Amino acid sequence: MPPKSGHQRVKQLGYDGDDLYYDDDYSDEGGGDGLSPEDKEQMRQGTIQVKAALASSISVSDAEIQEALWHYYYDIDKSVTYLKSKSAKVEEKKSSGKLDILIFGLKKLFPYPIPRQSSYKHVAVSAAEFFNDTPWLNVPIHRRGEIIVEPLYPRGGLLGGSSKPSKLAALAAARKRKQREDGVASVPDNADTSHDKEPDRAVALLDRLSLKDRAKEKAPPSLGSSEQPEELSKKKPRQTRYPVRRKKSPSPPPVQRREEPSGPIPEPSAAIEIPDLRAPPSTFAAAMIGANRMEPQPRPLRGSMFSLPYIHNGWFTNANAFAGPSPDDIVMNAQAKGQKSKKVPSKQVNGGKSTNKLTESVSSLTIEEAPKVKSKNLNVLQEFEKSNMKKTASFVVIGHVDHGKSTLMGRLLYDLKVIDQRSVDKLRKEAETIGKSSFALAWVMDQTSEERSRGVTVDIATNYFETEKTRFTILDAPGHQDFIPNMIAGASQADFAVLVIDAGTNSFESGLKGQTKEHALLVRSMGVQRLVIAVNKMDTISWSKARYDEISQQMTAFLTAASFSPKNLAFIPCAGLTGDNIIRPPPDGTIPGNWYSGPTLVEALDASEPAKRALSLPLRLTVADVFRGGVMNPLSVSGRLDAGSLQVGDTVLAMPANETATIKGIEVEGEPVDWAVAGQITTLHLADIDAVHLRLGDIVCSPAAPIKNVKSFQAKILAFEHVVPMSVDVFRGRMNAPAKVTKLVAVLSKQSGEVEKKRPRIVQPGSVARVVVEMEREMPLDSGTRIVLRADGATVAAGLLESV
Amino acid sequence: MRLLKQQIELKDGSGFATLLPEEPEDMPNDLLRARAMRRVTKESDSGSVASTRIALDLTIRVTSTDFDVGSGQLHVAGKVAAESEHVKLGSYHTLDLELQRKFTIEKADGWDSVAVEMLREALDATKRAEVWAVVMQDGLANICLITEHQTILRQRVEVPIPRKRKGGLDGHEKALEKFFSTLLSTLLRHIDLTVTPLKPLLLASPGFTANSFLTYLRNYATTNNNKPLLALVPLILVAHSSSGHQHALAEVLSSPAVLSKLADTKYARETALMDRFFALLRQDDGRAWYGPREVERAVEKGAVGRGGGVLLISNALFRAQNVEERKRWVGLVDRVREVEGGEVRVLSSLHESGKRLESLGNVAAILTFPLEDLDEENEEEGGGEAQGQQNDMQI
Repeated sequence: MPPKSGHQRVKQLGYDGDDLYYDDDYSDEGGGDGLSPEDKEQMRQGTIQVKAALASSISVSDAEIQEALWHYYYDIDKSVTYLKSKSAKVEEKKSSGKLDILIFGLKKLFPYPIPRQSSYKHVAVSAAEFFNDTPWLNVPIHRRGEIIVEPLYPRGGLLGGSSKPSKLAALAAARKRKQREDGVASVPDNADTSHDKEPDRAVALLDRLSLKDRAKEKAPPSLGSSEQPEELSKKKPRQTRYPVRRKKSPSPPPVQRREEPSGPIPEPSAAIEIPDLRAPPSTFAAAMIGANRMEPQPRPLRGSMFSLPYIHNGWFTNANAFAGPSPDDIVMNAQAKGQKSKKVPSKQVNGGKSTNKLTESVSSLTIEEAPKVKSKNLNVLQEFEKSNMKKTASFVVIGHVDHGKSTLMGRLLYDLKVIDQRSVDKLRKEAETIGKSSFALAWVMDQTSEERSRGVTVDIATNYFETEKTRFTILDAPGHQDFIPNMIAGASQADFAVLVIDAGTNSFESGLKGQTKEHALLVRSMGVQRLVIAVNKMDTISWSKARYDEISQQMTAFLTAASFSPKNLAFIPCAGLTGDNIIRPPPDGTIPGNWYSGPTLVEALDASEPAKRALSLPLRLTVADVFRGGVMNPLSVSGRLDAGSLQVGDTVLAMPANETATIKGIEVEGEPVDWAVAGQITTLHLADIDAVHLRLGDIVCSPAAPIKNVKSFQAKILAFEHVVPMSVDVFRGRMNAPAKVTKLVAVLSKQSGEVEKKRPRIVQPGSVARVVVEMEREMPLDSGTRIVLRADGATVAAGLLESV
Repeated sequence: MRLLKQQIELKDGSGFATLLPEEPEDMPNDLLRARAMRRVTKESDSGSVASTRIALDLTIRVTSTDFDVGSGQLHVAGKVAAESEHVKLGSYHTLDLELQRKFTIEKADGWDSVAVEMLREALDATKRAEVWAVVMQDGLANICLITEHQTILRQRVEVPIPRKRKGGLDGHEKALEKFFSTLLSTLLRHIDLTVTPLKPLLLASPGFTANSFLTYLRNYATTNNNKPLLALVPLILVAHSSSGHQHALAEVLSSPAVLSKLADTKYARETALMDRFFALLRQDDGRAWYGPREVERAVEKGAVGRGGGVLLISNALFRAQNVEERKRWVGLVDRVREVEGGEVRVLSSLHESGKRLESLGNVAAILTFPLEDLDEENEEEGGGEAQGQQNDMQI
C-alpha cells in the first residue's frame, strides 16, 4: 500500500488548533428534522440496493448513498452513476496536494474567523432551502469539484449556513448512532489502526528518525491500553511535522477509506472537555463544493448537541482521520498528567518498541534498494573442468626503454586484426600531426595523453588476442627506469615474459647495462621461467646475422647466469615497425641469404606451456587497479587471481583494511562471467564496500582463509646491490610500501642454502642472504610470497618471504 | 637560540646557561629552570580550600622529555628541585618549553663537551636555510619542511588514481587532476606565502609527476592571478626521486642539482657524509663500520683518528636519560676528538641522514685504515667486548 499523501499529513498537523475557531461560527446551526416514515423506508431499501450495485468497487459511505438517493428521488441507477463518477473525481483531487497546502498556509494567516462572516450566521432562510429546486442534474460534475479553491474564506458562512440539518442529515446521524452502538464492540480499534499503520509506517518511521526523541519526550504516558503504543507512535511525529516539506509524497491510498470512518474517532467518551459546537457544511455546501477535503476534523459526537450528517463520507473523514488527538487521546492526556510518574516504564517500552520497528523497517528498506546478489553456488572447479577452456596465457613485455615494446605489440595486434585499419589510420594521422609518426603503433598501447606526448609508456597496458591454440593477455610494461614499479605490477600478473631487445648499434649494449638486465632479473626473481627474446628492429641493421648471433650469445650467457634454463629461452629476430616475422615470416629478399627460417614471434608465443593453476588454494587476488566500472558498478577492482577461485555472489575480504565485500559481477577479458579461477586476470564489481578500503596492492581473499597483515618479516633475498640495514620500498604486485631492512641475519650459500656467515656487515651483490624487514605499516603478506626490494631507484634485492 | 646568560666552567663542567629558544630544537637535561603556570591549592585554617593559578619560576630535575614536532613544544617532566613558598620539593611538574620563552639549564653532572658543542651549534645564528620539499608519485605525496635541524613531515596526501585501462582513461586523468588540486591546496595551507624571503620549494618525483605538478601550479597561479604563488614559482626546484615515499628525500638531497643550491647547509653536509660512508661500505674494504660495538672497537684501535677518520653519531644517543649510556657516547666522542684527532659529526635524528644512520645502529665510523673482523665476537655476545681484542677467526 502506498504511504499517505503529503497533504493529508500536513493537515493532520495543523487542524487541532485553528479549526476550532471558525468552526465555532456554525455552532448554533443545524437542528433536528425528520423524514417521513415512508421516506425512511424507501431510503433504507435504496441504500441497500445502491450498495449492492456499487459492490466493493468503490467505497462510499451510507450517508453519501443516501444523499445521492435523496437527490435522485430514490432512482438507484442514477445514484450509482453519480457516486461512481464522484468517487473517481475525489481520488483525482486528492492527489493534488499542493493546493491544500496553499490553503492551509492561508488559513494559518487567519487563525481567527473573519468578522464579516458573522453576518451570515443567522440567515433566516437556509441556503439549502433557497436552492431547493435548483436542477442539480444540470450542473456538470466536473465543474463542481473546481470550487475546492474557495475555502480561502472560512467555510460555511455563505454556503453551509443551514439553520437546521436536512432530513437526510438527521437520518444519517440516526444511522450512525445506531451503528456506533453496536459497532463499538465489534470493531476493535486495532483493526483500523493496523490498517492505517501499514502504509504509513515507512514514511512515518523516516520522520521519526529525526523526531523520535522529541516525540518521545512529549508523548503522554499511555493508559496501558493495548493499542495505545501504536497510536502514540503513529501520531506523535505528525504533530511536530512541518507542512511544506511533505509536498512530494505520493498520492493517497484510496483503499483505506472504507475502514476509517468506523475508527476510533467517533468513539464516544464521557469526559470530553472541548465542547463541540461546530456544524458541518450543509447538504448544499457539500454539493456545491463537492469533494472538499478541507472539512473540519471529525469530533466526538456525544458531547455535541447536533448530529453530523457527513461524518461517514469517505472523502470527508479520511483526510484528517488522525489529525488531532483522538477523544481517547485527549482523555488520556488529561489523565496522564495526573499519573505521569507511574507510567514511565511503559513509556520506555513504547520507545524501545518503536526503535526496534524503526531499525527493522530501515534495514528492510536498504534491502529493497540493493538486492543481495544471489550466488549460484557453483562448484567452480567442476565448472572449470567442464568448460574445457582454451589454453590461456598472459605475458609481460619487458625490455629497455625505447627498444620498441609498445610498437611491437601494436603491430602484433594490428596484424592479428584485433585493431582495425581505421583506428590505426587515425592514430597515424594524430602521430604525424605532432611529428611522431613512428609512434603510431605504440599508441595502440599508450593511450594517456602524457604517454603520447612524451612518447614513453608510463603504465601497464593490457590487451587481448587469440591464436588458434591460446588466448593471450598482453601486459605491455614501461621500459623507463622510473616506472619499474609499474613493470613489477605487470610482471606479477604474467605467466611468461617477452624480452624485447633493440638490435641497433649501441642500443643493445646500453640496454644490457640498463633495464634489459634489470627487467630480466626481476621477472626471473618473480617466478617467470620462460622467456621469449624478441630481437627487434632487425630492419635497422638489414637483418645482419652476425649481429643477431652476437646478441643471442651474450644474452644466453647472461640469462643462464640469472638462472634461466636455456631450454626455456627462445630467440626470435623481428621488426616491429615493418611487421616482419611477427605473425608471418618476412617476405623473400628481406633476409640476406635467408639465414633465418625459425618460428615467428606468434608461433614462439604459442609454444608456451600453460602455467599451473593454484586452483585448490585459498583465494588470493592482488588488486592492480581500483576504478569506477560504470554507472551500475561504482566500485570495481581488477587483478590477477593468484590462487583459488571465486564466483558471483561470493563474499570476499579486502586486506589490509579487513573489510568484506560482495562480488556483484565478474569480468574476464571484458566479458561478464559467472566464475573465475586462478591464473585469470579478472575484474570484480564489488558491492557493500567503500572505495576508501581498497588501494592498489591490496589483497582480496576469502574470509574463511584470510591473509595476515604483517608488520615485519624474514626473507631470503638475492641481492642485486649492496644490502645494509637501510630504507627500502617493498614491492609485491601493485603494492609499494616503505620499509626498512633492520637486520642482516646471515649470508647463505647460493647452492646449498646453508649459512655461510652470521650477521654480516654488508651483503654483496649477487649473494643470497636472510634479512629481517620491518614495514612502516602493516601489509598483507603470505609466507612464500615473492617480493622485490628497491631503494634509490634501483632494485636492491628480490626475495621470498620465509616467515612472518 | 639566543644565549641570554652563560656561566659554564669548562674545566669542571659546572655552571648554567640561560637560553631563549628560537628554533624548535633543544634538549635540556638535568636541571631546568623556566617560568611556569602552576595551580596552587591552599588550605586555610578554617579548612576551606582555595585554588589559584600563579606564574612562578620553577626549577625541575628532568626525568623525561617529549618533543611535540607539530607545535614545536618541548614538554619536560621532572621533580621540583628548588622549593618555594608555593611548591614543595619533590613534587612533579611538567614544563612546556616553547619558542620565545626563556629557560635556564644547569647540568647536574656537569656540561660535557657534547653538550657544550650542541649549545654552541644551537646558538649559531648565521645561516638558517629552510626548504619546503614535496616528494611525490602518482597518487601519493609527502609534504616536508627541511630546516637546519630536522625534516618534518607536515602532511601526507594520498588520492587513489585508477590506472590506465581500455576505455577507462577518463578516470585516470580526472583522478590525476584531483590529486594535483588536493596537493596544491594542502601545500598552500602549509606554506606561508606572506613571509619574506620566501622559502624555496623542492618538488621531486619519479617520471614526470613533479613536472606536471609544476605546470599545474603555474597554470593555477596564472589563471587565479595569485601573486604570492607566482612569486614562488621561480623558487621551485624540480628534482628526480625514485619514489614518493619520505625516505626518497635523502636521494633528492644528495642529487647534484639540489646540492648546488643547498650546499653548505648542515643537512646537505650530513647527507653528503652519509653518502660517502655508504660508498665506502659498498667497497667493503674494512674502512667503513657501523654499530655500537664495532665502532667502539675501531676507536680503541685508533682507526678513527687524524687523516680522515670520521665518527658519525646520532644525537638520539645523547638524549638517553640513562647517565651511563650518555657518558659512554660522550666519552667516545671526546676520545675521537681529543685523543685521536678525528672528526666527529653529530647527526640529527630528526633528519633524513640521521634516520639512515639510525638503521645502522645510530653510530658509524669511517676509518683511516682498514680493519677486518670487528664484528666477529658478536657471536659470543660481547664476551670480549671489554678488551676489544681481535678475534682470529677467519671468514
